[in-house]
Amino acid sequence: MKLSLSNPFKERAASTIFLVSALASILFVALICVFLFANGVPAILKIGFTDFLFGTEWAPTDEPAIYGIFPMILGSLYVTLGALAIGVSVGLLSAIFLARFCSERLHRVLKPAVELLAGIPSVIYGFFGLVIIVPFVRQHLGGSGFSIFTASILLGIMILPTVISVSEAGLRAVPNSYYEGSLALGATHERSVFFTVLPAATSEIVAGIILGFGRAIGETMAVILVAGNQARMPDGIFEGVRTLTANIVLEMGYATDLHREALIATGVVLFSFILTINLLFSILKKRVVK
Amino acid sequence: MIGYYKHAPFSLFLRILVSLAIAITVCTLGFLILYILVKGIPFLKPSLFSLTYTSENVSFLPSILNTVIIVFGSLLVAGPLGICAAIYTVEYARRGNKIVGLVRITTETLSGIPSIIYGLFGMLFFVTFLHLGYSLVSGILTISIMILPLVMRTTEEALRSVPDSYREGSYGLGAGKLRTVLSVILPSAVPGILAGVILAVGRVVGETAALVYTAGTVADFPKGIFSSGRTLSVHMYELSREGFHTGEAYATSVILILVILLINWISNKFAKKIGKT
Repeated sequence: MKLSLSNPFKERAASTIFLVSALASILFVALICVFLFANGVPAILKIGFTDFLFGTEWAPTDEPAIYGIFPMILGSLYVTLGALAIGVSVGLLSAIFLARFCSERLHRVLKPAVELLAGIPSVIYGFFGLVIIVPFVRQHLGGSGFSIFTASILLGIMILPTVISVSEAGLRAVPNSYYEGSLALGATHERSVFFTVLPAATSEIVAGIILGFGRAIGETMAVILVAGNQARMPDGIFEGVRTLTANIVLEMGYATDLHREALIATGVVLFSFILTINLLFSILKKRVVK
Repeated sequence: MIGYYKHAPFSLFLRILVSLAIAITVCTLGFLILYILVKGIPFLKPSLFSLTYTSENVSFLPSILNTVIIVFGSLLVAGPLGICAAIYTVEYARRGNKIVGLVRITTETLSGIPSIIYGLFGMLFFVTFLHLGYSLVSGILTISIMILPLVMRTTEEALRSVPDSYREGSYGLGAGKLRTVLSVILPSAVPGILAGVILAVGRVVGETAALVYTAGTVADFPKGIFSSGRTLSVHMYELSREGFHTGEAYATSVILILVILLINWISNKFAKKIGKT
């Protein structure tokens, strides 16, 4: 009788296919790095490293053209910090509620809502910002409504799910004995949560904030629709601003030669920010695991 | 309740604070969805579904078709690739395997890269370097790299949730590694994998920045997979940027929101199924 056990050739072929597929993500990261840096770095060198990064004027159509992306770097940072101020305060408190203040039944309703918030496309957020937040800011706070402030609010909403889910997981991972110990010492439920459980989850919460930072600084379409996009040094939170991401999308359509390369170089700067953030995140995560 | 807080006003303050925060979160979501549905549904006119695109009717039928093509195309590329990769890292690789460590780091890197960087890369690599031009193919390939980490991660989780007794039982009956993976482990991981794949569909449907400079922004029906075409989200972006067709933008956002709601609902259904077994 012939036993149809495993066929060594097939086994070998299959495991090779699986291995090659696993290697694909390494290949993709390598390709992305190579193509971005190879196309962007020459432009940075041509323009001059400091002139490009710290030049305060972006005038690609002038003669001679000036390529300084410092206004956009600042723009991205301001908008992102504003978003963190809103997203982290509301998000962290929401996470505390989800982890320690709500019943199982309420959690079953709220959790999918938070996930849905993460699933809404950024262009919808942008549109929502355009038709709701921009007119509101224009009427009540002055200016055109297209501003750092508006973009910060919108991005703050968009990073909520990131901050909430990472922080909630961190809060839930804190051993219950911390909480119980605090209760036994006579602290109220609220004080126990805020002063024993919350500090114990610091690393995870910081990881969540870093992740939110990464999401906010990389966000493109929503920001373009509400930030005003003026390529000049930001002056005041109710004034318009252009981010690194917006710079790429707005001008890539018609840019040629060095202008185009300068836009790719803008992408390189953004990419370097993101890689640094990822590195910070993975270092923190390792510490959490330990 | 009130008595409890009488001597602990600060605790009361903290409780109000967290309740307020969750209320803000949920109300924002509710307001956003309701606002778009209520304002947008009246704009859903039959002319939006007309079979020919003109700058007057701004039909979004071509965009819907393009979205469907890009969704299926990218699932066709990223689905098998991601599932195979996950099978390797979970079932084949030994503990402490260096390759798996590297794969994990690069996958995490991929999932942290913002979509505009994917768009730039797609433009440089697929559109220019491989001479695919602004086309649905370029869009599909770019998006596939973007959703790969999501497909991989959810598949890995699904495979890990299959109890080891299944594997032992299969080996005990004399099945080889490949047969065990394909006919025992994969079938029981299907709901988890599907939940991930559906989430990936959601990401593709909502994607804009990675597609503008890869698949392009042509608003008409595509002539084939090598011609340019905008998806529904890109269409929505162009409409709201131009500002001439606010009504149509509302209508498009209604369709997008409904699709996302449906996708989240289905994905949760599948996720619950895993929880039960």
